[in-house]
Amino acid sequence: MENSTKDHAELAQDFNRDEDRVNWHDETLWFIRQKRDKTAHQIPEWEALREAASQIKNNVLSNLHNYLVLFEKNAVTNGIVVHWAADASEHNKIVHKLISEANVNRMVKSKSMLTEECGLNEYLAEHGIEVIDSDLGERIVQLAEEPPSHIVLPCIHKKKEEIGEIFHKHLGIEANISDPQFLTETARGHLREIFLTRKVALTGVNFAIAETGEFVVCTNEGNADMGAHLADVHIASMGIEKLIPERKHLGVFLRLLTRSATGQPITTYSSHFKKPRDGKKMHVILVDNGRTVQLGRKDFRNSLKCIRCAACMNTCPVYRRSGGHSYHTAVAGPIGSILAPNLDMKKYADLPFASTLCGSCSNVCPVKIDIHEQLYKWRQVLVKNGYAPAAKKVGMQLMTWTLSSPGFYHTVGKVGRLVMKHAPFAVNNKLNPWFKQRDMPYPPAESFNEWYAKNEGKTHR
Amino acid sequence: MNSREKILSAVIANQPELVPLPELSSFERNASGCSDKFVAMLKSVGGFFYYVSSYDEIINILLSVNGENKKIISTVTELTAYYSEEFLNNPQISNIHDIDVAVLKGRFGVAENGAIWLTDQEMRQRALPFICQHLAVILNADSIIPTMHEAYELISKVTYDFATFIAGPSKTADIEQSLVIGAHGPRSMTVFVMINDQ
Repeated sequence: MENSTKDHAELAQDFNRDEDRVNWHDETLWFIRQKRDKTAHQIPEWEALREAASQIKNNVLSNLHNYLVLFEKNAVTNGIVVHWAADASEHNKIVHKLISEANVNRMVKSKSMLTEECGLNEYLAEHGIEVIDSDLGERIVQLAEEPPSHIVLPCIHKKKEEIGEIFHKHLGIEANISDPQFLTETARGHLREIFLTRKVALTGVNFAIAETGEFVVCTNEGNADMGAHLADVHIASMGIEKLIPERKHLGVFLRLLTRSATGQPITTYSSHFKKPRDGKKMHVILVDNGRTVQLGRKDFRNSLKCIRCAACMNTCPVYRRSGGHSYHTAVAGPIGSILAPNLDMKKYADLPFASTLCGSCSNVCPVKIDIHEQLYKWRQVLVKNGYAPAAKKVGMQLMTWTLSSPGFYHTVGKVGRLVMKHAPFAVNNKLNPWFKQRDMPYPPAESFNEWYAKNEGKTHR
Repeated sequence: MNSREKILSAVIANQPELVPLPELSSFERNASGCSDKFVAMLKSVGGFFYYVSSYDEIINILLSVNGENKKIISTVTELTAYYSEEFLNNPQISNIHDIDVAVLKGRFGVAENGAIWLTDQEMRQRALPFICQHLAVILNADSIIPTMHEAYELISKVTYDFATFIAGPSKTADIEQSLVIGAHGPRSMTVFVMINDQ
């Protein structure tokens, strides 16, 4: 999918071929948004928490250098080995080296969107290392040879019958099983064997604390803990923006994270890793991969405040109806659309346009990122830098001429109405993007101007 | 210039002007009604709950729920039937992979979300509360606090190498958003709140 040349609109069109699935996807994510509202509304100080979280993250971005240095010092004192990776390639090489040093060729991995961003699994596969993703949703999409479509719910685009088929093919269950309980039990048995036998485990990081040099990993399934506590080597990969100043700030973030994500009051497990077990190894890889560039973009830097709850995806009218894969990037949805152009403006020029700018994303964001405003600002940057699609540029220019010439505007309007009335096939066809998944409106008999000219005399007499 | 220096110099060149941290003291709450709220939240996250007044009572409940012939392991010295220093000192995976029930003490519970704080001192083996088929946690009635803010006040006074909040059994809803209890970790979590610690 990463190599796909289709843009968001084309990929969304693919997703929209199955109307029942789109409706299910839309309604299910909206249901999660409603659960988020219900839980958030039980906390009277919810808005004060969002404000505090936003201010803490603003402080982090403004003092990141010192927090990184402090975190490194404290983590090293704790016995954690700290690595620095300037880009995805360096991150992947460090992980490969650590696996090789452990004299193994396989690893278990819990959810880490950073490793998706870096293409770690593909890199390791090329070097003969087997990686098994242990989050249930991620394991399902891994077996299906697809990327996750949602950062919290990786296989939300799949139906249970398809998952039954995947498990039939790869895990040897009988055909035509779609009971979620049975399928989850199957995965539990399969992955328990993996946890018990893997010597190296990689996890993501939700928060890293400068004050103490520890890091926190949140899961509902317990897969990060099963992997890390049973392995000899624990590798934790994190973007440099995951730092928070002090441990007490977790009080704010852990109250917000899961309520915003799924409507739960907290994840089942919020694990604080401070020191390795006796005789075992713990590594943290601090990854830049474009984050310092984004930090320097005044209009876009606060996208780095993101805590990856996915509330902006669940609420987004475009995401819900276009599916995560239509964003062709590791982090989909509104937040992904403001992060991705920083990495590659040309490749992701379509994403800031994949939005209605309705602002719902900004309203639910637990750290108050002005997501829809950044989407709007990215559009200007992309057009100025010559990355706007040619058709859009021509269309905008035509619109500019039309709107700046009243005579031309009226003629075009008249012709348009006549065409829609007498030759609807001229607009009701595949060449007209507005006709996709929509019916064209019935044309009015006359324009407002025509009506006004006809009636002006009457009403005033 | 190595990557560390490269990243740090890029950060210092690009980070905005320093803005202060917010004051968090306004979030602290009073503790009235905490226990009831805790019980309600624990149940909502899928946990079971018993008020008990003795360790014998805990053993009776464990036996009646799990039946005989189960591998029950405890790190709580008072539960002599299930406590074995030798067992807990053996970190081999083969030693712990088939535990049916693990019984641990929790430091405190959080009313707003039903989570219990456990450190590696209570766990002995970090994998223990995750690898067992069923988890039981003993909590003192007076150790239930209102919110995560008070939790981190308490946490600042203890030291640990590893610690975790656990809120209910392991769960997933990755398949069509259907909630399934027992993903990779325990299939159940039972909390015993000790009213009169012996």
